[in-house]
Amino acid sequence: MANHQHAAPAPVGGSLVNIVTLSCGVLIALMAAILVVRFLFGLGAVTNLNDGYPWGIWIAVDVVIGSAFACGGFSVAMLVYIFNKGEYHPLVRPALLASLFGYTLAGAGVIFDLGRWWNVWNMFWPGSINPNSVMFEVAVCITLYIVVMWIEFSPVVLEKLGKEDARKKVSKAMFFIIALGTVLPMMHQSSLGTLLVVMGGQVHPLWQTPALPLLYLLSAIFMGYAVVLFESCLTSTAYRRKLEMQMLTPMAKIMLGILAVFIVVRLGDVIVRGALPKAFAPSVEALMFWLEMACFIAPLVLIGAEANRRNPARLFLAGILLMLGGALMRLSGFLIGYETGGDFNYFPTLAEVLVTAGLFAVEVLGYIIITRRFPVLPREDVQAAH
Amino acid sequence: MGEIDGIFDTSRKTLEEIEQRLEMPRREFLQFCATLAVTMGLPSGAEAAVAKAIEAAKRPSVIWLHFQECTGCSESLLRAEHPTLEKLILDVISLDYHETLMAAAGHQAEAARKAAMKANKGKYVLVVEGAIPTKNNGIYCKIGGQTAIDMVKECAADAAAVIAIGSCASWGGMPSTIPSISGADSSPTGSAGVAEVLGKPVVTIPGCPPNPYNFLATVVHFLTFGKLPEVDKLGRPKFAYSRLIHENCERRAHFDAGRFAMQFGDPGHRQGYCLYKLGCKGPETYANCSTLGFGDAGENNWPVGCGHPCIGCTEKGVGFQKPIHQVAKMLNVTPPLQYPRIVEEQGKAASFASAAAVAAVAGAAAGAAIMLTRNLGLSHAAEEAERAKDAGGSGKRASVAKAGE
Repeated sequence: MANHQHAAPAPVGGSLVNIVTLSCGVLIALMAAILVVRFLFGLGAVTNLNDGYPWGIWIAVDVVIGSAFACGGFSVAMLVYIFNKGEYHPLVRPALLASLFGYTLAGAGVIFDLGRWWNVWNMFWPGSINPNSVMFEVAVCITLYIVVMWIEFSPVVLEKLGKEDARKKVSKAMFFIIALGTVLPMMHQSSLGTLLVVMGGQVHPLWQTPALPLLYLLSAIFMGYAVVLFESCLTSTAYRRKLEMQMLTPMAKIMLGILAVFIVVRLGDVIVRGALPKAFAPSVEALMFWLEMACFIAPLVLIGAEANRRNPARLFLAGILLMLGGALMRLSGFLIGYETGGDFNYFPTLAEVLVTAGLFAVEVLGYIIITRRFPVLPREDVQAAH
Repeated sequence: MGEIDGIFDTSRKTLEEIEQRLEMPRREFLQFCATLAVTMGLPSGAEAAVAKAIEAAKRPSVIWLHFQECTGCSESLLRAEHPTLEKLILDVISLDYHETLMAAAGHQAEAARKAAMKANKGKYVLVVEGAIPTKNNGIYCKIGGQTAIDMVKECAADAAAVIAIGSCASWGGMPSTIPSISGADSSPTGSAGVAEVLGKPVVTIPGCPPNPYNFLATVVHFLTFGKLPEVDKLGRPKFAYSRLIHENCERRAHFDAGRFAMQFGDPGHRQGYCLYKLGCKGPETYANCSTLGFGDAGENNWPVGCGHPCIGCTEKGVGFQKPIHQVAKMLNVTPPLQYPRIVEEQGKAASFASAAAVAAVAGAAAGAAIMLTRNLGLSHAAEEAERAKDAGGSGKRASVAKAGE
């Protein structure tokens, strides 16, 4: 990495009050109000959850999709530190920041969704844990990863506070933390797929397969890169900075490689299991399956050619499509293609939607505040002078 | 493992022998041994030891005495529908004296008992069925001119183990019930259990009648390990009597949910609700009725399964003493203050507000994405155009682009 010279990260600066942060504030206030009701009067007071659908969008979107969106940090760290691609180093901090918020809020989302949330400590209490449970694996792994990410991100805060000594001390242990930060997401992102495997025949055959752990892991990795594309383009546009095309273009190629492997596994699995006819049945599930496949295949067309990968519009669109595809796969497995029998029915209430929107607003607001005030993004003037 | 491998060695001679002796296929025999081992809660591998012990054909002599009883215990043992259970009872043990089953009669029978006791001194198992009358020196029950008290004392003296089967032999059972007439302080004949008469603890298998498997498992434990199983303070084997019936009851969920049958034949009773309020003694009775099907006729074949409250027949002080429909005393659980709903909500379809909110979020995201993509595309086009204009020259843009690549 020594041969890669990058501009040091610096705060972007500027005002914290604008139309975006104010909108986020409103959404967060709405969420807080709903959560007060939720914690005082229980889940039934604000959600449409029932015995047939004990998990709603707070789990399927906030946790399962939210944590997959938060895989940018892990995907980029893997590229930089495991495969030693130092040229991507400037992407690490912003990606890590987005991941940090994604995961921390996913953890909060779990608490919102727990009926008896005051028992949550049992999950970590040696006497009450059930080490054979998939959910236990996910819970502990995600919790640990949140802590690991905060440590990974701590140099940013320490730099800002001017605590050089502390920062150096943390840096010494960082190789271990980064290794942990790569292993942990691989464990729980695949386990999120295992959660569905455990649900057996309740999940539609198009999404129920023993290969789910692999599918969830692979999709989490390319979704991580997709989120970085999205986040980098969005940040550059919003802050009127130069686009980081020199990094995004080659990274997109890596992303496409993983995507190709994923598509082969996804389609191969559906065909081998003989579930393909279900994809041609006149059903909502079949429609969702093809929507999802379209989101996965379109990026190959959009940015398959090297010249097209230089076009930020196409990269941005491909990133969005992959995020959407991965999200649809998760949403279909956990809610749309999920059937417990009987007349059970689920559609999120307005309150549920607002809480989910509020969580994403916290993420956006946090990202804006931290990038404007802490050294996360590379210093722009250095690059311009280059 | 060695023992298990031995069991599954089909060429082994003893297995052929046992197939002939018990007239049961090897598979069924091993299943039976495993069932017994599981009933006793023994660790894995014990089924092999059990199988070996039964195979060994060292049938212990068993002397079975009947006193104040209805022979229900013997009947339940013999009427077990498992095709080979009676066969096993008669073949695993050498039943040398059993007043109901033996062919001999009168003095001949008593002689057989004395001969068996002499031949197997210190090695035979004594099983007592029925309570023992103690009033007036026990004159209310005599066999061959001998009172029950004398007979049980004589037989117990040289026995390797004494097992009291049924509630009557365990503590007196139904015959010991004190009638509700003024001045009565004992049953008319002063019925007592075996332990009381012998003045020492014995293994008891209470129940009216007890599950035959509990008795059989106790005997097989004795055969396998040369000692009787661990018992509680009332002499009941812990493997069968350590849990309340209530704890594992098939109707327990109804109890926890507050769904009770209030009278026989009411809608709750017809739907299989909890029988607690009809006087079920499951919450204060220790036995494995709720986990071990009775009489091999399948599960549910026990009082609670049939819709009648448990009367607590295995529990001294409950069975035959408390009125059948008196509400039980809760030993370890009190019903919760709050109950879940009986009718479960099935969830609602999308409301106008929530559907609109989802649509708004999706629309806003899509709109923003399209606008941003368009702007990125426009800036890219502009950049490309500028690059084309600078091409050939040493424009600043081109050098930046190169450095970037």
